[in-house]
Amino acid sequence: MLAFCTLAAMAVALALVFFYAPLDAEQGFLQKIFYVHVPLAIVSLCGFVAGGLLAIAYLRSGDARWDARSYVAIHTSLIFGVATLITGSIWAKGSWGHWWVWDEPTLVSFLIVFLLYATYQPLRFAIEDPERQSRYASVFAVTAGAFVPMNFIAVRLASSYVHPRVLGSTSNLPPSMALTFLVALLAVALLYATLCAYELQAKRARSQLRALRRAMELGPSMHEGAGDALGARREAGAGAAGSLASAGLTSTATISGRAG
Amino acid sequence: MGASTLSTLPALPLHEAGKYVAGAYIVLFALVMLYVAIMALRLSRVQRELQEILAQRQGGGEELSSTPAGER
Repeated sequence: MLAFCTLAAMAVALALVFFYAPLDAEQGFLQKIFYVHVPLAIVSLCGFVAGGLLAIAYLRSGDARWDARSYVAIHTSLIFGVATLITGSIWAKGSWGHWWVWDEPTLVSFLIVFLLYATYQPLRFAIEDPERQSRYASVFAVTAGAFVPMNFIAVRLASSYVHPRVLGSTSNLPPSMALTFLVALLAVALLYATLCAYELQAKRARSQLRALRRAMELGPSMHEGAGDALGARREAGAGAAGSLASAGLTSTATISGRAG
Repeated sequence: MGASTLSTLPALPLHEAGKYVAGAYIVLFALVMLYVAIMALRLSRVQRELQEILAQRQGGGEELSSTPAGER
């Protein structure tokens, strides 16, 4: 359902961008890049903050599911961050004639945030003990998540306004452009949610598969445990039918049906 | 009409800006496709491992059923 909503929102957003929104008086056709670049940046930064909030939930509860959610939120935000940087560079080349400008605070601050989060995965996977890995990664996510809004405010307070503002007091978007932008933002947010859901389901499927394999390796006496794992997979598969990752879960449920 | 209007704007004309706009949207599409491809690879790995487990389990079941009742 989420995937279909995402596809529909993307289709509507693309139609609005290319057939409804008027050409910008200053930027012309090049401004169409903003309908993808700005939503990607906003969703990416919100995802980093969400990763920090989910990490707080993990540190409070100790429930590994919150840690997995925090990891997936940051991982997906990093992918969106790559897309933001590339689309921004393409716009800068078309508009300013350079792929990158170092004296522009918005660009450099986003790059700093991106590079900060690029260290999240090496830090996380450098720690072998799963408990410590989750705890350290959560502390990192909380600290870095707090840095994101501070960084954003600092850039807004900076005097240079070379980088165009789409939202905020300086924004003077006509209604047709504002509507197109909001639909594009919704589409990108839905894409983010869909990718997070797939990633979470895939992670769950892999961890349950590992549990099943361990149970199988421990021998026939543990078949009961394997049955439990399969039962859990069956439950997970029932809730996730119709999605990419759930295809694996459904096949697991089928196998458990045959085997059990 | 449209082309003449565009040529009067200070921005890049359509034939110049088009490649940049297309590039930006293609980058997003390519990234999403790459992500889906990686997910599909992971999914196929999970399915392969599940098939191995199923084969092991069926093999174990056949061994058990072929064993004489006295030996069980």
